[in-house]
Amino acid sequence: MHIMEGFLDPMWCAVWFVVMAPFFIVGVIKLRKILRDHPEQKMTVALAGAFIFLLSSLKLPSVTGSSSHPTGTGIAVVLYGVGVCSVLATIVLVFQALLLAHGGFTTLGANCVSMGIIGPLCGLILWKICSKAAGPFISMFIAAAIADLMTYVVTAIQMALNVMTVTGADFGSAFVDFLSVYAVTQIPLAIVEGIVLGMFAQYLSTSRPDIFDIADTNKLNPFSTEV
Amino acid sequence: MDNKVLYIVGFAIIAILFVGTLLMVNGEFGGSDDAGGEVAEDYGYEPWTDNWMADIGFELPGETESFLFAVQAAIGAIIIGYFIGTNAASKKE
Repeated sequence: MHIMEGFLDPMWCAVWFVVMAPFFIVGVIKLRKILRDHPEQKMTVALAGAFIFLLSSLKLPSVTGSSSHPTGTGIAVVLYGVGVCSVLATIVLVFQALLLAHGGFTTLGANCVSMGIIGPLCGLILWKICSKAAGPFISMFIAAAIADLMTYVVTAIQMALNVMTVTGADFGSAFVDFLSVYAVTQIPLAIVEGIVLGMFAQYLSTSRPDIFDIADTNKLNPFSTEV
Repeated sequence: MDNKVLYIVGFAIIAILFVGTLLMVNGEFGGSDDAGGEVAEDYGYEPWTDNWMADIGFELPGETESFLFAVQAAIGAIIIGYFIGTNAASKKE
């Protein structure tokens, strides 16, 4: 989902930075509150970020004959919400843009919107619905897999909007073309990510069930700074 | 379902998916990010910059890429391992 440097028109780079900004600012405020008021949660915040660091570094083969990487945002968004998730995802994206020339700084806003905001928000909505009826494994499996998959759907939308405005291409056909490149490759990887994070949620539910109290207080509203 | 059974089944599914993919699929496994860029170029889009950081003199040699990806994975794995380790230790106490 990393849109590379130069592959978004400067106008769209600016638009996605503007979309990203409020979520990121709320995330920073909430993160500061968590670290100040609940220092015992520092390890859990690090854990949430660690999954993004680990899973987004793995370039995995897919059944389509191409490769891609998971996003690892499921745990972060379920425990701390969209704002904090966007901050953690941005740290990873900056690391990759600066040191790996993977993604880019001009496309950081767009990449953060897909990987740190909209994808995880879809996952969080499904977690809130599923966790009422299903156990942690199933709920996290669905939340993480959908957060991963939606990240790539959003990237396809961003790329299709870009070529539509710059080259005059039809949005629908461009969207289908980008979706077939990104999302189809991603389906098996989203399933793998769902299984990995689902198993970790199951592990947490038996060894540290108190951690899910954080998830219960976590609001669906991405602009809530309540901790 | 018992946790151990769940972990065994989970890891088995992941292993089957990857081993099956590598054995059955005949592909080059190129990155989907690059493929997305090619689709944009097929639509007539021309990137307005390639790597502006290299232009201003900040470019790490290509050989470091694998190493830095490994560093990124290691940072995540060490934190997760530390969490599981401290968890297990506090349970023993």
